[in-house]
Amino acid sequence: MGTPARGITADAVKPGDRLPELKHDVTATTIVLGALAARDWRPMHHDHDFAVNRNGMRDLFMSTPNQAAWFERYVTDWTGPKGRLGRMKFRMIGSVFAGDTMVLSGSVEGIEVDDRGCAWAQLALAVSVEGTVVTECAARIALPRDGDDNPWARRGDRWQP
Amino acid sequence: MSSLPADVEAMVGAIQYEEQGEFPVERGYIWTTCSSVENGNPLFWDDDVATEITDGPIAPSTMLSVWFRPHHWVPGRTSSGLPLQVHFDLKDAFDLPEAVMTDNTLVFHEPVRPGDLLSTRQILQSVSEEKTTKLGTGRFWVIDVEYRNQRGDLVGVESYTGFGYRKAG
Repeated sequence: MGTPARGITADAVKPGDRLPELKHDVTATTIVLGALAARDWRPMHHDHDFAVNRNGMRDLFMSTPNQAAWFERYVTDWTGPKGRLGRMKFRMIGSVFAGDTMVLSGSVEGIEVDDRGCAWAQLALAVSVEGTVVTECAARIALPRDGDDNPWARRGDRWQP
Repeated sequence: MSSLPADVEAMVGAIQYEEQGEFPVERGYIWTTCSSVENGNPLFWDDDVATEITDGPIAPSTMLSVWFRPHHWVPGRTSSGLPLQVHFDLKDAFDLPEAVMTDNTLVFHEPVRPGDLLSTRQILQSVSEEKTTKLGTGRFWVIDVEYRNQRGDLVGVESYTGFGYRKAG
């Protein structure tokens, strides 16, 4: 369509590339807003007394779907809007608490073009607090091959996530 | 030869707990979610970009399960099914008092769009032989939750690996 490419294209990405880190100061508001946006009404994500005295946790902690939303934002900040997630696999190790500074980091593990011509980046992502990984995420995301390609235009068997 | 009891064997591959979402996909939740993680992706904020790239507005991919979390309260409701009911059914079937989720994978297919009314179903993919880990003795199982739109298109699959067990000793 001749519109300028937005974000990265697959040819500009290689294994070992690192995504820019994202640092965020997590407050009680971050956690409550994230849980309610995900329709997660469970009290450990909004009731401090319940989280501490019933669950035995240090503070309110971030819900899993909200962490997924943070990972999605982190990856598409890097790819731009044409980046289309295919797959995410999570491993929960610890928790993100109100008062923590969380750091999202990631690197490119591999890049490939599938037999339908779709370019994919395999990413190793993590949320860390004070240098300790609390959640790992392996993500596979489709990237445009050039300025005219658009992974979102793929349907049916042309999309193999 | 499978060592699974016949009732569990019959569950493997069967479509269970088909459910319809309680409300159509809507932009308010999309914006609240983007706002909660400061997601400035123009696909969700600029309709011209959404028209150009995704043929109109879509929801963030990771919001799949959001459209199925039940209302906190509805008039007349006395009980609600547990999410991932198959997991709890397996705990009961094998009489395993404890369970943890060890893995969670999301796979995204057709984009989810405002106005879509999604449905979901649960499919037990596999159950392992009895195994002993440091948690105790029990079985691993893999459950897929499929999400489809009102046209029947697959929009995503969530896959959970659970380990149901009895503590050692």
